[in-house]
Amino acid sequence: MIHRIRRLGRQGIEVLRALGRSGVFLFGALWGLPRPSEGLPLLIRQLYVVGVLSLAIVIVSGLFIGMVLGLQGYTILSDYGSEDAVGQMIALTLVRELGPVVAALLFAGRAGSALTAEIGLMKATEQLSSLEMMGVDPLRRVIAPRLWAGFIAMPLLAVIFSTVGIWGGMLVGVEWLGVFEGSFWGNMQASVSFVDDVLNGVIKSIVFGFFCTWIAVFQGYDCVPTSAGISSATTKTVVYSSLAVLGLDFVLTAVMFGSF
Amino acid sequence: MAQRTTEFIVGVFMVAGFAALVFLALQVSGLTPGAASDTYTVYARFNDAGGLAVRGRVSMAGVTIGRIQTITLDQESFQAQVVMDIDASVNNIPTDSSAIIRTSGLLGEQYIDISVGADETAMQNGDAFYSTQSALNLERMISNFASGR
Repeated sequence: MIHRIRRLGRQGIEVLRALGRSGVFLFGALWGLPRPSEGLPLLIRQLYVVGVLSLAIVIVSGLFIGMVLGLQGYTILSDYGSEDAVGQMIALTLVRELGPVVAALLFAGRAGSALTAEIGLMKATEQLSSLEMMGVDPLRRVIAPRLWAGFIAMPLLAVIFSTVGIWGGMLVGVEWLGVFEGSFWGNMQASVSFVDDVLNGVIKSIVFGFFCTWIAVFQGYDCVPTSAGISSATTKTVVYSSLAVLGLDFVLTAVMFGSF
Repeated sequence: MAQRTTEFIVGVFMVAGFAALVFLALQVSGLTPGAASDTYTVYARFNDAGGLAVRGRVSMAGVTIGRIQTITLDQESFQAQVVMDIDASVNNIPTDSSAIIRTSGLLGEQYIDISVGADETAMQNGDAFYSTQSALNLERMISNFASGR
């Protein structure tokens, strides 16, 4: 009995220690930016890996989600004879919720897990400690560019996701099912507000990008340097990021759109 | 891959991201640059604001000319105080016009319809509508009908 309680306490302390380490780690990486002349090429390289290579999955998923929204919205709304409202339904769901959230989930699965595995392998093969040996701070050289690349790429991916999704919805709604194009866009423009809907969605995706990249990079940096450790760190990245995204989404939605 | 190619592709990615944001701003939310600030404010008091919502439409002859800014309770008269932003280009609403709450369609949202008066002078920033007509309350109408009043 005493043993169990002791183990529970030790686990709690471990969790708090990991949180503390991740905080110190984040602080060190954010404020330890390298000089622009050497940092910028590193950042661009990471933007390519994290952002551009995630583009394909984001565009394809966005297109299909938009098309499904168009189909479903049309079927439901045509029961009430108001299928003209399908445009505003697609736009509001995508811009407010699905764009930031699904893009962040895809980002965690595509880019986050890759970041964790890469940094974890660097740690396991002692590349990080040899960098330190050479007098190069791995936080600056390896971690900071990846963190910033994630922060920058995530909102852009979410915005692209929403745009492609709306286009896909228009494809199904207007071209295929024959909703009048004027009322499709007109209803959309009347009900979507730039500041309240679009900008709030962008803010959401910035927050998600911050947490997803932070979790991914920290899990890699903090993993047990064995092959089993890397695999469990990669799993943790995807699980923690998805949970963080969904939980934060509820909080942010309550703050932004809930009127209380 | 060469550094130059990577830089170019990342540049294209960033441009695509910002282009998507501009698309969301212009085409989806119908933001027209510069026009947002050119409005003036008028007030109206209703006995019953019904299902009127902030950011709802203010229209005249079916054309949208403004948006509802706030809906609050005036604690002296116990009426709903509605503040509207009207496009600055519509600067000749007669002062004896009346504001009427209407419903678009059978189940649609409620909006304010401005019924034009005949006065020579136009409403200015900060003016209030003298005559208003409250939201049509279906429940109240049925109960009035049932009780024979």
